Amino acid sequence: MFEAIAFYLFAFLTISMFYITVTTSQALYALTALAAGMIFISAFFFILGADFLGAVQIIVYTGAVMALYAFGMMFFDTTRDVKEKQGNKFIIVGLSTVAAVLVVMIFAAPILSDNITAFYPTIEGAGNTQEVGMVLFTKYLIPFEVAAVMLLVAMISGIVLAGKKMDLSITLMSNAEIRDMKKDQNKKVLS
Amino acid sequence: MMEIGLNHYLVLSTILFAIGLVGIMRRKNLLLLFFATEILLNAVNIGFAAISHYYGDLTGQMFAFFVIAIAASELAVGLGLLIVWHKRHGTIDLDTMSSMRG
Repeated sequence: MFEAIAFYLFAFLTISMFYITVTTSQALYALTALAAGMIFISAFFFILGADFLGAVQIIVYTGAVMALYAFGMMFFDTTRDVKEKQGNKFIIVGLSTVAAVLVVMIFAAPILSDNITAFYPTIEGAGNTQEVGMVLFTKYLIPFEVAAVMLLVAMISGIVLAGKKMDLSITLMSNAEIRDMKKDQNKKVLS
Repeated sequence: MMEIGLNHYLVLSTILFAIGLVGIMRRKNLLLLFFATEILLNAVNIGFAAISHYYGDLTGQMFAFFVIAIAASELAVGLGLLIVWHKRHGTIDLDTMSSMRG
């Protein structure tokens, strides 16, 4: 009973938040609605008993990803309205729905055909975090390490790409220096 | 109706995935395209967690963790590239990125 109420409430909230994200013309509204939707999605993980996943969802998405987006938006001009593609709305919605149904079918058909057995069944008497730790550090150790290397690569590339000329401060430079830098920049960015 | 099963979660996952695809198809601004991809990844995560719960198997949760890691790294690289593009061209619209005119 309680599970059903929680499911429908959070399903409604999540869908409406993500609907706002894809339809609004203000980038800031989209960002805030996306953050709210991420938190509401973690509610599903808690309902499903995946406590650790829910906590990771809140920490990573609303802590790290949203902060990164917020900092990224400071670089862009986000105050003006976002222009949209002018296309046939029915074709877009129809194609999206068909594609989404197909993707979920691809995932769910082999599972629902009932010939699946649990590879790593849940362990009796252990909390969710403990189970996740046991499976992650025995069966999925190598993917875990590879994911760590991938995050390191992403961090370095982010610093290299976004950190160009961050040692310079425009407020402390004279006008001539800024003009020289602008001239330089036109030649050198992305080289 | 009152008993929430796996199908409920799969339907919800489908709806969220469709919303994300609509966002990808109708957005021109690259930042908002990134938002739409986050929605797609989260929709898939819900499906993984639900299957993991209803079949008593932890593999789904593991894959959800790796999807979150991939989303975070994709975002870091993507935002870095976006900042470079914005410094160079002053806009992040998709239409300005067609350098090969056919």
